[in-house]
Parts: sequence; structure tokens; C-alpha cells
Amino acid sequence: MTTAVKNDIATEPAQSWFLPVLMTWIAPGAGYFLVKSPSRGGIMAGLSVVMFALGLMMRGTFFEPQTGDLLTTVIYCGGWAANLASGSLYMVAKALGYSAPDVANHVVDYGTKFLVGSGLVNILAMVDVYEIASRKKS
Amino acid sequence: MPKMSLSHFEMAILFALFTSIALGITGKTGKQEQIRYAAYCFGSFVLALFGLGWLMYFGHH
Repeated sequence: MTTAVKNDIATEPAQSWFLPVLMTWIAPGAGYFLVKSPSRGGIMAGLSVVMFALGLMMRGTFFEPQTGDLLTTVIYCGGWAANLASGSLYMVAKALGYSAPDVANHVVDYGTKFLVGSGLVNILAMVDVYEIASRKKS
Repeated sequence: MPKMSLSHFEMAILFALFTSIALGITGKTGKQEQIRYAAYCFGSFVLALFGLGWLMYFGHH
């Protein structure tokens, strides 16, 4: 009986944060609605989507994982992970066949940074949702 | 999808603005503190932008 109660308490936080964090990854900002912070969710979703759209409009490129020397591995694998963090935005753009050539141009370069930035903003949102859901933050 | 073309400065300011808002919202609790922190981050971004810009200018000349 005591063990069962202890197990319930131990697994409760894990059940409460997993879904909101997953939802935030899939649809930026969505997890905030599950933890009852809709205004934060709206702003974070807006930021992520607008940054991603600006990145596409600047014809930014998506990173593909590449290994070699340390710097190449960090930049390309890190960039790819950040792109992937945009969740459905990245998946939909890929599914619709978005593929811009990586040309030497400051607009394209900023576009790539905006696409990566959108994913990084979503990672911040996921961490924030985790902290709200696990009661580490109000 | 329309194509967008802005100057270096405009894009850097836009990036700084969005990132600062995100940092303000996730970094602090309470509306006042969030706005203050976002403004602080934005100011720091702009300061770094001008500082690095001048550094590169003098490095080139």
C-alpha cells in the first residue's frame, strides 16, 4: 500500500510535464495552453511562427547533419537539431518540398539564422513549459 | 511565398527584437519584470551590434 502511494507520487510530475513539452515541440506554443498560460503561449507561438516565416521569405537554408572536423560537426548537427526543434513548421516545410540553395548572400544567411532562431525560441518555450508544469516556476 | 530583402542592420534589429521578447517571457515572471528584461536584452543586442560593427570596420581599415 505504502509502496503504491510512493510510486504514484514519484511518477506524477513525469506524467504532467511530458505532454505539454511534447505539444510545444510539435505545435509551437501549444503546451502553454495545457499548463494554463495561454497569453505566454500565444506570444511564443507567434514569435516562433513569424521568425520561421521570415526565414523562409529570406530563402534561408535548412541544415543537414554533417560530420568532419569538430567545428563542422557542431555547426551542422547543431543547426539541424535547432531546425528540427521547430517541430511541425520544419516538417511541413520539408514535406512541401522547401529547399533553398545555400548561396553567398547576406539575406539568405540571415534567413538561415531566422530558421535556426525559430527552433531555439521553441526550445526556450519547451524548457519554460517544463518548468511551469513541474511547478518550478509560476 | 513572397521574397524578402532587408539590409543587414534591419535584419539584425528584427532578430534582436524577436529574441529579446522570447528571453523576456521565458526568463522572468511578472509582466513588469518581463518587459524590463526584454528591454535590457534588446539594448544589449543593439549595443553589441554597434560595438562589433565598429570593431569590424576598424579591423578592415
